[in-house]
Formats: sequence, C-alpha cells, structure tokens
Amino acid sequence: MKEILLRMVLGGTLVSAFALLGDIFKPKRFAGLFGAAPSVALATLALTAETEGKLYAAMEARSMIGGAIAFFVYSSCVCWLMFRYKCPALLVTLLLMPVWIVTAFGIWFAFLR
Amino acid sequence: MKVKASLSPLKQTQWYEYATRFLIGGAITVFAGLVAKKFGPTVGGLFLAFPAIFPASATLIEKHERQKKERAGKQPGHRGQDAAALDAAGAAMGSIGLIAFAILVWFALPRFPTWAALVGSAIAWFAVSISIWKFCDRL
Repeated sequence: MKEILLRMVLGGTLVSAFALLGDIFKPKRFAGLFGAAPSVALATLALTAETEGKLYAAMEARSMIGGAIAFFVYSSCVCWLMFRYKCPALLVTLLLMPVWIVTAFGIWFAFLR
Repeated sequence: MKVKASLSPLKQTQWYEYATRFLIGGAITVFAGLVAKKFGPTVGGLFLAFPAIFPASATLIEKHERQKKERAGKQPGHRGQDAAALDAAGAAMGSIGLIAFAILVWFALPRFPTWAALVGSAIAWFAVSISIWKFCDRL
C-alpha cells in the first residue's frame, strides 16, 4: 500500500510538473514536446530500480522503446486527423488509443517478449 | 520560431484541471507498476510511454484557445483544433526523444548509479527533442 501511494504521489507530481512546462511555453509545437516527457518513466524506473533491482528496471526500459515508438505513431495520427478533419480533441485522442495499444503490443510480440 | 515563456496561461487553468492531471499521472504510474508485477517487466515497460495525460492536455489546449478567441470577441473557428494538432505534432517530436531516453536507460542503468542513468537520459530526451523541433522548424 505504501509503495502504491508513493508511486501515485511521485508519478502525479512529475506528470503535473512536465504538463506545467508545456503550459507556459510558446509556440504550441514546442510546448507539445513536454507532452511526451518521460515523467511516468522517471517515477517508475527510480522506484523499480530501488525495489526490484537495476536489471529488472533496465528490462522495463527496453520494453519502453516499443511504447515510445507507439507514442510516436499515435501522436502523429492525432496530429494528422486534427489538421485534416478538425475533429474535437477529446474524441480524436480517445478514439485513437487502440493505435497505441496495437502498435505497442505488436512491437512487443515481434521483438520484445 | 522564437520560444517564449509566459506564466499567464497558468491562470486560465482551473484547480480541478491540475488535479485531473495529477490523478491521471499518478494512476498510470501505479498501473504500470501493477502490470509489471502481474505480467513481468517486458509488458509493464510498454506503459512507461503510455499517452495517459495526452487526451486531457489536448482537450485543455483546445478549450483555452477557443476561450481566448471568444474573449477577444472573435469567432474561434477551428483555432482550438489547430492548437491541439500543433501540440500533437510537438508530442510526436518529443516521442522520438522518448525512444532515445528508453535506449539510454536500458544501456546505462546496469552500468551507472540509478540517479545518473535517469538524469543523463532525461537530459538526452530534452536534447534530442529540441534538436528535432529545431530541425522541423527550419523546414
């Protein structure tokens, strides 16, 4: 329970901090860089290296490569759809979540498992 | 294009919008840990790059941009969607930095102290992301 609470607080704080950076910078395309900041990764890997060991955390980082490639595919699709069809952001970002899931698990199945 | 920083957009954000980001960020960190425990680190690791707060951030940007136009007495048109699309373009560039971050942590974590591996890789994420942004900005 203590570990879950610690993950919640550390993850929430880092995600909020990077989101704040994204809020204060202009132009929007530059600010968007912070939307792909390694906030969840920093919190998780720091705690995992402490509790499970560095090799276990390094294995998570190896798989994260697949997740990050999926993030690239997902955000590129969001960008293209929003520019092309001017759809509401919430609709596009949520409807395209399967793109991240399929890409990430496809890479995992082919190269990482 | 010149990068500018301004604290005024922070005033537009409501307390519950900050709380939402905190809760989603915390929840996905907990979720990634639980997935790793249940299915192993190779599955759990995927979720370290899950776009958890991306929908909330994009919606917020769209809303704020629309409100800004309305306050100025102008028709917002598709300004909100365009701003969110630009944010997504930035996130795509940042995600290339995220790939570099993951590769560096994978190599550095077993060889260096944890803090050095993570801080060094975070600096590399920033450097790669900025370089890609600068390159695309010149096109």
